[in-house]
Amino acid sequence: MTAAATEPGRAEATLDDRVATRSLAVRMLRRPEVGSLVGAIVIFALFMIVAVPFRNVANIGTILYGASTIGIMAVPVALLMIGGEFDLSAGVAVTTAGLSASLLAWNFGLNVWVGVILALALSLGVGAFNGWLLFKTGLPSFLVTLGTFFVLQGVNLGVTRLLTGNVATADISDMDGFAGAQAVFGSEIALGPVTLKVTVLYWVVLTVVAAHILLRRQAGNWIFAVGGDSAAARAIGVPVRATKIGLFMAVGFCAWLSGMHLLFQFNTVQSGEGVGKEFIFIIAAVIGGCLLTGGYGSVVGASIGALIFGMTQLGINYAGWNPDWFKAFLGVMLLLATIVNVYVKRKADLR
Amino acid sequence: MTSGMMALALAACSSSGGKQSTEAASAPASASGAPTMTVAFITHAAPGDTFWDLVRKGAEAAAAKGNIKLEYQSDPDGANQANLVQTAIDKKVDGIAVTLAKPDAMKANVEKALAGGIPVVALNGGIDQWKSMGVLEYFGQDEKIAGEAAGARLKTDGAKKALCVIQEQGHVGLEARCDGTKSAFPDTEKIYVTGTDMPSVQAAITSKLQQDSSIDRVLTLGAPFALTAAKSIKDASSSAKVVTFDTNKELVTAIKNGQVEWAVDQQPFLQGYLAVDSLWLYKTNGNVIGGGQATLTGPAFIDKTNVTAVEQFAAGGTR
Repeated sequence: MTAAATEPGRAEATLDDRVATRSLAVRMLRRPEVGSLVGAIVIFALFMIVAVPFRNVANIGTILYGASTIGIMAVPVALLMIGGEFDLSAGVAVTTAGLSASLLAWNFGLNVWVGVILALALSLGVGAFNGWLLFKTGLPSFLVTLGTFFVLQGVNLGVTRLLTGNVATADISDMDGFAGAQAVFGSEIALGPVTLKVTVLYWVVLTVVAAHILLRRQAGNWIFAVGGDSAAARAIGVPVRATKIGLFMAVGFCAWLSGMHLLFQFNTVQSGEGVGKEFIFIIAAVIGGCLLTGGYGSVVGASIGALIFGMTQLGINYAGWNPDWFKAFLGVMLLLATIVNVYVKRKADLR
Repeated sequence: MTSGMMALALAACSSSGGKQSTEAASAPASASGAPTMTVAFITHAAPGDTFWDLVRKGAEAAAAKGNIKLEYQSDPDGANQANLVQTAIDKKVDGIAVTLAKPDAMKANVEKALAGGIPVVALNGGIDQWKSMGVLEYFGQDEKIAGEAAGARLKTDGAKKALCVIQEQGHVGLEARCDGTKSAFPDTEKIYVTGTDMPSVQAAITSKLQQDSSIDRVLTLGAPFALTAAKSIKDASSSAKVVTFDTNKELVTAIKNGQVEWAVDQQPFLQGYLAVDSLWLYKTNGNVIGGGQATLTGPAFIDKTNVTAVEQFAAGGTR
């Protein structure tokens, strides 16, 4: 499970002598997700000590739910960051997916599943559009997706009001296919005393699949290559454009999945939601060891980053701390996690 | 072949719900002819908040009735909202209705409008500041009084401990509601959630209920959050009940089927309607509503006993 960028034998010509001279333990420590793992253990230990309900096994479901709604998006966002790009539209894209499924089904009197499928096509389309525009204009993804972010935000509000006369979607829970879709996107699984929301399952599956692709498949090499140096990658025959468009579409797919959960968990979607969440996804990926410059990072790390965020957010509640300081506590916790992350990596690098 | 496609197309349709089943309740017919006046309606609404739908519908209804040209604008940022007042002055509108949730930011431009001879009325926020700014009239609810009413009601309901859920940290009006509740019902605890992120709202309330099992009432400050709180209570296997400020269509249904106990209603439709209509009355007949005092539109309670009366209006999106 060594990160592909440093794995010997991947590209024979670039046998890295720094790796070759290091012991197995140091190589393990240098993996991008190790710092976040240490951070997660520290935060877990802290809340185990200070927050009594945190120790209750039955409450694990709540913590994992909080982490999973971040994690489902942090996984593709991490892949995209390793591929050297950003997606600032990822937060509102979730709302767009939920809104479009609901509005299409409601407005045309369709079976809910038809709305769900159409929303998937739309979400993948938004991702593909982001990627296409990136290559068409040659602008940084920061600017391209900032544009998409505003467009989606405006369209979310405008279309919703145009169709329903309100800023939230109508309740579609009495329409055909709702119960089935709810079972898929908003159900719960009881495992002994722990009740897990279905999003936790999706999160774990996505993490495993994405980690496998990144570390064991050719596409994974391509992602590291286009993020490290896209000109060099293109020179050795990596399909740079297809890889990056594919990554944006992966973000679109996961935005659709999150959007469907939003819709079928809450029955209606408010059109102003999702703004600001894109940064939380990026923060989770960064805590997980993804570099802001691309070419380095880990999917497992991003998922641990989401877990850190979930634990911190709810741990503060469980500890019963004064809520006036909520955001400040959250910021300190996140900074500490990131510092531990950087510290561990630097220590390992010095060996 | 054709019949097969027809069958497929039919299978893709829903036999219940959807837009077709809600085609009813249309806005009042508007008067014809040239507009009598132009009113700028400037609020601090965040995009996509269902509460402001009701305010806007009230304003539009009054505008349609008086044949007024309504220019609706909103921005949650105080400085930006003040700028919208400036653009209304530049456009030489005949009247301005404005919310004063961030009174300090609004003061200079509101006074400028008044000095320029444009009548200004306030609604929803700024009950303590409107008079000193020279604003003509005020329509809304005193958030502290509304909070106290909610607290008093909790007391008579026999509640033991309440959790007051604030969906926007640093919002003066929301803080005042919780503070008012606390003053009438001391065992009230505050919690802050991110209002633009429903899954995190649900998880946060769930975790708080798991942490403190003595909480037996969850008081939310907006209708969408009350419906989410009901899910949190189920997740936490808590026996707490949900009570809330403000309503929307789904919430009225939730009160009817017992999911939510009661809602403090500040009648947002009325705030929008009165603000616009008062400017029309001032222009056409020199009337001033309220006799120099704030005109309170709430708090009123909606519970099981009166929900049916509200329901028919909620279906049309005006309550």
